[in-house]
Amino acid sequence: MSRIENAFKDKKAFIPFVTGGDPELSVTEQLLYAMEEAGADLIEVGIPFSDPIAEGPVIQAANERALKAGCTTDKLFDTIKKARQKVSVPIVFLTYLNPIFTYGKARFMERCVECGIDGIIVPDMPFEEKDELADVCEKYGIQIISLIAPTSKERITTIAKAAQGYIYCVSSLGVTGVRNEIKTDIASMVKMVREVTNVPCAVGFGIAVPEQAKKMASVSDGAIVGSAIVKIVAQYGTECVPHVKEYVRSMKAAVDEAV
Amino acid sequence: MSKEERKGRYGEYGGQYIPETLMNAVHELEEAYEKYSKDPDFIRELDDLLKNYAGRPSMLYYAEKMTKDLGGAKIYLKREDLNHTGSHKINNVLGQVLLAKKMGKTRVIAETGAGQHGVATATAAALMGMECEIYMGKEDTDRQVLNVYRMELLGAKVHAVTSGTQTLKDAVNETMREWTRRMDDTLYVLGSVMGPHPFPMIVRDFQKIIGEEIKEQLQEREGKLPDAVLACVGGGSNAMGAFYEFIKYPEVRLIGCEAAGHGVDTDKHAATIAKGSTGIFHGMKSLFCQDEYGQIAPVYSISAGLDYPGIGPEHANLAATKRAEYVPITDEEAVRAFEYLSRTEGIIPAIESAHAVAYAMKLAPTMRKDQIIVVNLSGRGDKDVAAIARYRGVEIYE
Repeated sequence: MSRIENAFKDKKAFIPFVTGGDPELSVTEQLLYAMEEAGADLIEVGIPFSDPIAEGPVIQAANERALKAGCTTDKLFDTIKKARQKVSVPIVFLTYLNPIFTYGKARFMERCVECGIDGIIVPDMPFEEKDELADVCEKYGIQIISLIAPTSKERITTIAKAAQGYIYCVSSLGVTGVRNEIKTDIASMVKMVREVTNVPCAVGFGIAVPEQAKKMASVSDGAIVGSAIVKIVAQYGTECVPHVKEYVRSMKAAVDEAV
Repeated sequence: MSKEERKGRYGEYGGQYIPETLMNAVHELEEAYEKYSKDPDFIRELDDLLKNYAGRPSMLYYAEKMTKDLGGAKIYLKREDLNHTGSHKINNVLGQVLLAKKMGKTRVIAETGAGQHGVATATAAALMGMECEIYMGKEDTDRQVLNVYRMELLGAKVHAVTSGTQTLKDAVNETMREWTRRMDDTLYVLGSVMGPHPFPMIVRDFQKIIGEEIKEQLQEREGKLPDAVLACVGGGSNAMGAFYEFIKYPEVRLIGCEAAGHGVDTDKHAATIAKGSTGIFHGMKSLFCQDEYGQIAPVYSISAGLDYPGIGPEHANLAATKRAEYVPITDEEAVRAFEYLSRTEGIIPAIESAHAVAYAMKLAPTMRKDQIIVVNLSGRGDKDVAAIARYRGVEIYE
């Protein structure tokens, strides 16, 4: 069983996201340890990019902070490699295509394997363009996490049929960021997925408080939280680790209550 | 199907690299364009707008004094600067906003650099009764205060974009983000031959009238094809419009003039083809100015309209297949051409278009007198007067 499959086995998963290198790489390393200890089932790490078009202001700012602090793809690989010796939950990169393409696709995947990365989420690689990475990911055993959105409609079936790892169900229109209310009928989207695959489905975009996490996890297989965590990092800077840890603990508890 | 034959691909370039949320929106646009571009009513309405509103066909002017002064090839200027709103941008926005209306959309959004595309979009939106919001980098709203007010006069709402470098690329980012928030009633009216398919194709199709007119007008005047067609390239819409009709005639040289800013050997330029490398950004695979990790580089040009780190995918392919040539022109060369054309022909060109004029000044003397150069004068220079004055040390502010 792959590490990702295991993360969803017999439970709802809580999936925190942090931007790599924000505010600095040593904090990212400590956050990985702290989030796993607090019960994270899988961790998503963003590779900072100059122009993250799917991100709202909170994560955009984190990308800028990380790049200003000198984070590069290579340095982030080194940090993950070091942390991987202690962290056993799956780690998935969230990155735009250009950093992978420019690094060299095969060289990038080779380093992913070396550092214990389990999968990648590429928000600007829709189903129609997945051939860009499909072969190289298969060769190196890196799973491509597909996204489905409230606008996907009939595309959900096509995407789900080819899905690996887990499916990232985008809860709302627009970009990442905390929302007061999620209006999309997530249950119907998950139902369409279930009709064609057993690959688990986790909901992200807009989740910030335990009640939302519980609600989203109850209609799916897990909850993904990014902006709310990145906000804590922004607020406390290098002192953020215990605050993030406490937050992840409370969110994981809420997800555990979901049935 | 091989990669090269896929829709929206130009050789290895092009594609649809955008978030899943937008995929059905671009498919909807693709289908609507497929339908309306063949619809006689749509074609008639657009022709009428181009003729009676934008002022087409634009003149092909023989620049006799410039020709004699340079002492080589005959130089013709395609006067896109005389179009309504002062540049070629109107050709595309009339097409796209009319298309948006046919699609039942009630709102259009667009990015703008210097403000030419924003003004054109706001104009078309006012004419066709659409809501309009324009995204413009904060740095550009400060530099182009008049254009901001112009767009507001036309009824548009202008958003100053404060993310990233606060220039054109960030305005594109923010317009894409806005489109993912709201696409039911909204169409993104992209200003250049870039972004995800079908935009590069649609914008090219709405701009190709430039080259078609050049061919016809020159046939009447000279009874032959031009030897070279010159145009400035940022994203590349006026160049693609001027080049497209001539791609099938290999004897016609197609020359795109890139913004070299302070020089291609400095870090202050926007010469994507000279200095960029292949990447994937803004929905397309193309050439970009970027670092070794794929971070998009801040670019620079005196011309806000050419200040963009990428180029349309069809241009990337024309460069790769060597069907078109691309040459870098520095700020200084462009400013000299701006002044030269003003004094020699009494025509003040946009600083963008002055990049093409600058190359004509180099090229013409190397050619025979029976040869012909057509320069696409994509816009007028009124908007640039204050900036050029400042470049020359005269402190004028708008």
